[in-house]
Amino acid sequence: MSMETYVKTRRHPALPPPGKATGLIGWMRRNLFSSAGNTITTLVCAAIIALTVPPFFNWAVLDAVWYASDGGLCRVEGAGACWAFVEAKFGQFIYGRYPAEEIWRPNLVLLLFFLNLAAVLTPRMPYKGWLAATLLFIFPMFAWGVLHGGKFGLSVVETSDWGGLLLTLVIALSGILASLPLGILLALGRRSKLPVIRTLSVLFIEFWRGVPLVTVLFMASVMLPLFLPEGVTFDLLLRAIIGVALFASAYMAEVVRGGLQAVPSGQYEAAKALGLSYWQMMGLIVLPQALRVVIPGIVNTFIGLFKDTTLVLIIGLFDFLGIIRANFTDANWASPNTAATGYVFAAFVFWMFCFAMSRYSLYMEKQLSQGERR
Amino acid sequence: MIKSWLSSVIGLSSAIGLSGDNALARSFQDPRIRGWLMQAAVLLLVALGIFELVQNTVLNLQKANIASGFGFLENPAGFAINFSLIEYSAQSDFLRAFFVGVLNTLLVAVLGIVLATLIGFSVGIARLSPNWLVARLAGLFIETLRNIPLLLQLFFWYFVVLQLLPSQAESLTPGGGIFLNNRGLFVPRILWEAGTFAPFCAALFASLVLAFFARKKFALEGWKVLAIAALPPLLLLLVLGWPLSLDMPVLEGFGFQGGISLIPEFIALLLALSIYTGAFVAENVRSGVQAVPKGQVEAAKALGLPSGLIMRKIILPQAMRVIVPPLTSQYLNLTKNSSLAVAIAYPDLVLVFANTALSQVGQAVEIIAMTMVVYLLISLGTSLFMNWYNARLALKERGVA
Repeated sequence: MSMETYVKTRRHPALPPPGKATGLIGWMRRNLFSSAGNTITTLVCAAIIALTVPPFFNWAVLDAVWYASDGGLCRVEGAGACWAFVEAKFGQFIYGRYPAEEIWRPNLVLLLFFLNLAAVLTPRMPYKGWLAATLLFIFPMFAWGVLHGGKFGLSVVETSDWGGLLLTLVIALSGILASLPLGILLALGRRSKLPVIRTLSVLFIEFWRGVPLVTVLFMASVMLPLFLPEGVTFDLLLRAIIGVALFASAYMAEVVRGGLQAVPSGQYEAAKALGLSYWQMMGLIVLPQALRVVIPGIVNTFIGLFKDTTLVLIIGLFDFLGIIRANFTDANWASPNTAATGYVFAAFVFWMFCFAMSRYSLYMEKQLSQGERR
Repeated sequence: MIKSWLSSVIGLSSAIGLSGDNALARSFQDPRIRGWLMQAAVLLLVALGIFELVQNTVLNLQKANIASGFGFLENPAGFAINFSLIEYSAQSDFLRAFFVGVLNTLLVAVLGIVLATLIGFSVGIARLSPNWLVARLAGLFIETLRNIPLLLQLFFWYFVVLQLLPSQAESLTPGGGIFLNNRGLFVPRILWEAGTFAPFCAALFASLVLAFFARKKFALEGWKVLAIAALPPLLLLLVLGWPLSLDMPVLEGFGFQGGISLIPEFIALLLALSIYTGAFVAENVRSGVQAVPKGQVEAAKALGLPSGLIMRKIILPQAMRVIVPPLTSQYLNLTKNSSLAVAIAYPDLVLVFANTALSQVGQAVEIIAMTMVVYLLISLGTSLFMNWYNARLALKERGVA
């Protein structure tokens, strides 16, 4: 074997440079076209977007009727969304049939409510306990007095005239405000060592969690009048609120129970060792810690309740969705696009409320876990 | 100073029973006795409340001249139901109408649960896809649909989307006897020759049981289990000379005859329920998958497993432990939400019984109670099953006998 060595005499041709790993191209290569399968998926998704987004955009923006005094333009062949319908009925969508000259009353109530709520929700607000107590106990009475009237020279506005977003907010908010104390009591009852109290709480909670809200509302509208003694009548709105509040309190109880279980048992033992009574232990030591933990859960329960209030239209109340649907029958605005426009508008409003609340709940979750993070 | 010290000594001694004062006051200091007293008081209050309610109800019913008891169940219902799994006509009694409603509720709930699970798992896994576009689309799907009320979505499907479907004469059809139009979905029905359906079911059940135990005993692969489950019934069919035929829907005059017809209300409800719940399930699946420790995925990659297999064999089995409890409550929610059927007139339990039958009979107490009991039983059954499934999935740890 000869002692030949292989020596390269020519330069090896340069390899192509590696694919761009930075910038837009690199990003697309990594995230959209990293493999054959990935490329196919990307193309399929792009096709779905191309097939759905432009027609929807055309319908909602380009072909839409923005200004009109009646539905004539919306009835034209090829017309898109009938936003003029929403514009014309906007007042009704928000306040229902609340008299136009009295609209400052719901406005005042909503403004004060959101101010009070914002104060309670702001981290590190002084006098938070008092503000929360006002919101829970004093505000509902004030709101009823102003909205319903009959006192202080305010004219009476029957609840059958309340409607739209106002009614949705009234039902959801009073439902949640009423269910909070009831839910806390039920959660305490469920974790109580007294067998009778525990059994009653479990039965109550599991009953309301096991039946659909529709049947609860039916029960509130047809059965509740039967339960009451002669001469006592509740109006339909109050009956619906009672049903919603009982229903929500069962869910609230389970949320609060989660918080109670999250409080370390050392806290209970320390409170007992200090000689605190049961209510002192719960009120001063356990509940303040437990409720802090479950704020996101309470917000989530409220989101669910807010969406579920739409069901009251089944028993004949005109909430936000109900009043929008009722307006579809207006012959002035009848068109093939009216219903779709109304539903899209309603969906947008509900989505905004719920999305904002769910983001707040995520934010609170982060805030609350800051102490535990090391 | 001395006085307060003295009084505290006296208090202490009376608490441990040294001084002989009033026995009643002493026993009230005992937390156990106090607990019992309080429970007795609560029980008394609840009993009084229930008594008051019952008394009011009885009085009110007498005043309104409404009968009570369940005798009405044997009377003819007198109304028609346009969608029923069992034989039903307007002459059938209320009990039969009740069962029609229960079965319709169960049908839409079971199909909805299956569809919602499929949608939820696909979207939830897509949400975590390395493909940016897929992940974003899945995120958009979840965030949009979770935040819009179900009732609104139901109306949208029923009054907007299904209204776009063509008339019966211009039905959409992919062939094979399947037609979709504004009167619903029409599919072929399988007809069995007389006396062959029961043996087939028996064979299917037997082979399913066999496959279940074989899988436990021999740790078989999926396709072998499937073969054990499917082959005997198929063989039986061959032996019997394939006693099956299809009843095709045919457009005759004003409507389709034959086959199975699914009314648009059913389709809208099924779509709305499964998509809405699917979005929630997707979020549960996402959090379950993310709860699996990263080391598991890295170890699987190091072993050279392809990504599909990693998902199926490594991630999902572990993620299921986190997913199943919230999945249970989603299934329960779907079942309860199926009662929204009343808003678009799908004849479920609430529409047939708590609405139509109630307005005919007027016995609100009995009818609402029966309706609620059905939902409570369904909820109970579903939670029992899912608890059993959850226990089966739970990590088997050492030292637990």
